[in-house]
Amino acid sequence: MLLLWLLPLLLAIPLVSGCQRERAGITVAGSTSVEPFAELLAEEYMSRHPHSHIYVQGGGSTAGIEAVRTRAANIGTSSRSLLPDEKDLYAITIAKDAIAIIVNPKNPIRDLSLDHVRQVFSGKIKDWGELGDPPHPIVLVSREEGSGTRESFQKFVMGQEEISLESLVQDSNGAIRQVVSNDPYAIGYISLGLVNEQVKALKISGVEPTVTNIERNKYTLVRPFLFVFNGEPEGEAKSFLEFVLSPAAQALLSKEGLVSVLKPSGR
Amino acid sequence: MEIREKVIEKLLLLIAFSSIAVLALITFFIFEQGLPLIWKIGPKAFILGQKWIPSKGLFGIFPMIVSSFLVTIGALALGIPLGLACTIFLCEWSPPAVGTVLRPAIQLLAAIPSVIYGFWGLIVLVPLVRNYLGGPGLSILSGSVILGFMILPTIISISEDSLKALPPTYKAGALAMGATHWQTIWRVMIPAARSGIVASIILGMGRAIGETMAMIMILGNAVKMPSSFLDSARTLTTNIGIEMGYASGAHREALFATGVILFVIIMLLNSLAIFLSRRRSS
Amino acid sequence: MVYRTRYITQGIAKVLIWLAALSTIGVMVLILFQVLAEGLPVLHLRFFLDSPKSMGREGGILPTIVGTFALTVVAILFATPLGVGTAIFLREYTRESRISRLIRFGTDCLAGVPSIIFGLFGFVFFVIYLNMGWSILSGGLTLAAMILPTIISTAEEAIKAIPPSYREVSYSLGGTRWQTVMHTILPSALPGICTGILLSVGRSIGETAAVILTAGSSLLMPTSLFSPIRTMSVHFYILAREGISLKMAYGTGAALILLVLLVNTVANWLLNRYIRRRA
Repeated sequence: MLLLWLLPLLLAIPLVSGCQRERAGITVAGSTSVEPFAELLAEEYMSRHPHSHIYVQGGGSTAGIEAVRTRAANIGTSSRSLLPDEKDLYAITIAKDAIAIIVNPKNPIRDLSLDHVRQVFSGKIKDWGELGDPPHPIVLVSREEGSGTRESFQKFVMGQEEISLESLVQDSNGAIRQVVSNDPYAIGYISLGLVNEQVKALKISGVEPTVTNIERNKYTLVRPFLFVFNGEPEGEAKSFLEFVLSPAAQALLSKEGLVSVLKPSGR
Repeated sequence: MEIREKVIEKLLLLIAFSSIAVLALITFFIFEQGLPLIWKIGPKAFILGQKWIPSKGLFGIFPMIVSSFLVTIGALALGIPLGLACTIFLCEWSPPAVGTVLRPAIQLLAAIPSVIYGFWGLIVLVPLVRNYLGGPGLSILSGSVILGFMILPTIISISEDSLKALPPTYKAGALAMGATHWQTIWRVMIPAARSGIVASIILGMGRAIGETMAMIMILGNAVKMPSSFLDSARTLTTNIGIEMGYASGAHREALFATGVILFVIIMLLNSLAIFLSRRRSS
Repeated sequence: MVYRTRYITQGIAKVLIWLAALSTIGVMVLILFQVLAEGLPVLHLRFFLDSPKSMGREGGILPTIVGTFALTVVAILFATPLGVGTAIFLREYTRESRISRLIRFGTDCLAGVPSIIFGLFGFVFFVIYLNMGWSILSGGLTLAAMILPTIISTAEEAIKAIPPSYREVSYSLGGTRWQTVMHTILPSALPGICTGILLSVGRSIGETAAVILTAGSSLLMPTSLFSPIRTMSVHFYILAREGISLKMAYGTGAALILLVLLVNTVANWLLNRYIRRRA
């Protein structure tokens, strides 16, 4: 009886080591910012093509790009532009996403200059009193190191300065939104597409983060959501890409708060 | 027949080494991934470094070590008195009927996933701390409280075993000499069961240091050195847990290196606990 | 005077202890109650049978249930033969020696390794080195390593509890060691072993850190052992953190608690029945 149980063990070891993952369908891996939208698109795609499988994974923009290079994934997703040494890969922008600076709805502040945002997040401005609010220490919330959203924030807002080490760190945009919606003194940054009635998005130097302002290039904290391929897209991956760039899919993304890449943008 | 017996015996010997084999594999792979980085930046810079900024190649984990330590101390500060109190309650002062309900209840509580504890901490405890004590609420204090409750079942069940294992003459003798029940418990039984209780505390400590998910939810994960219990902090475990999803290259190696340090600390603690409990049973 | 102080001290101590014990139980019950109270109303048949829709905001949690189940089955399948085999070896084939002490030391040490380390190990060994990717197999094997010590120690206790007379009778009838084990020891130790398995199942269900790093977090129904899956506890963690839907989070949490409660109650019942049989 026991021998019967030992059998799967002995069989498994040679079978499994060096075994390639036999999986029908394609893997889409990368940025956790893109992930929920990719999942939505995959869901929609699979309902139209019942025999296809699209596996969506996170792991981060950098990991996703790496996965495409090693062919561990068919499509890599990224919430930042390709770095110079990644330029050999083929990238297509499937949507644009803005970074919104958010505070708790109870916070009276509505508008901050980019300069002020930088000073707040670098720790130079530590108290809401310095910004015109009733005085109270500011609670910073940021994404973790390695996150594409953090890198974009770093690039667009911080420039050469470091985000303060005092800042709280959460490992997803949703978690940042949670913290800011619960703490009246918190400030954080998330994908515009994730802003809901639980938090308030600030105007930056008078410009409100809306789709119109993004399209007119007035709100500049905008980053591309990329699909990255190793070479020309083919087969199921190509089919999925075509779907993602279609008006139906782009309408779906717009509804979720992203900016469509199609012109003219229908909302 | 003889051959079959011999073969089976050898096979079982091989199987028996599986736990050692797994332990060896774990040690090997964790060290293989993490040690090179520690060597590269230097053990002192890694362990005593106070800045963790992977984008700049700075990998100092001292704040994490301190935070792990603080959170654990906090958890023990809650867990030991409450744990001992519950143990004494169970063993000596509760009606037997209560005991038969309570004991499985405590075991059940030990089985509740840590994410549930973390979730409750997030929804109930963190706002309480933020509104009444200050700070962001996501703090070492909140983490310690939740962790304290999580290690209670460990401390209670092992301490209870130790108390029950005492020869009845200890209790009978003390009572016969005129000691009150409480004096018997506090001055005779607990000290006699000391090594078992200490072992349970060390095991609880090991569990506290190793907890990840609930801590990611409650501690706030700030990277700086904590200066008060109301500060947000990041332990060795949450450092790995929160950045592992995205890390690559040197960053990932640094996370494995954090794992190496964590592993060493836990192994030391566990060896201590094993040594103490072996001594007790011999 | 001295007499009085003793009794006052005892009185105070008694009050404090009762307070401590009751408040501990109270808080624990509160924690469970909160999740169950908010979550039970969410649990209806569709919740268990549907797949999540729209990023988890609606629908059910079926893939996570399947994922949890699959992962646990794989873990048990691999850990049980190894664990029971180890216990048989330790109890029936050797006496206390350097080897047995080494094995026990290894088992105890393994029991103390934190789950995040198992996660790191599983990631670098199963997912990357053995190229299994984020999959049910990677997650299941990692979990198997985690529950191995539990299975070994409960199996050992079960075998230890068997009276020597059972063995003596078997040997005196001419049975070989293996025959004794197969036909006498194992059947008698079975309830105890099953308890160990059930306890491990309970632990696997609640495991999150190691699972995220090895089994991925895909919400699709798995199609093979190499598919990535999301377990119930991982789903709960993600829902709770993202704030996507507090309702679904509570529901998943309640389902999780009920499952763990069920498994542990059965394990305890089995343990009691087994102990009563022995005594």
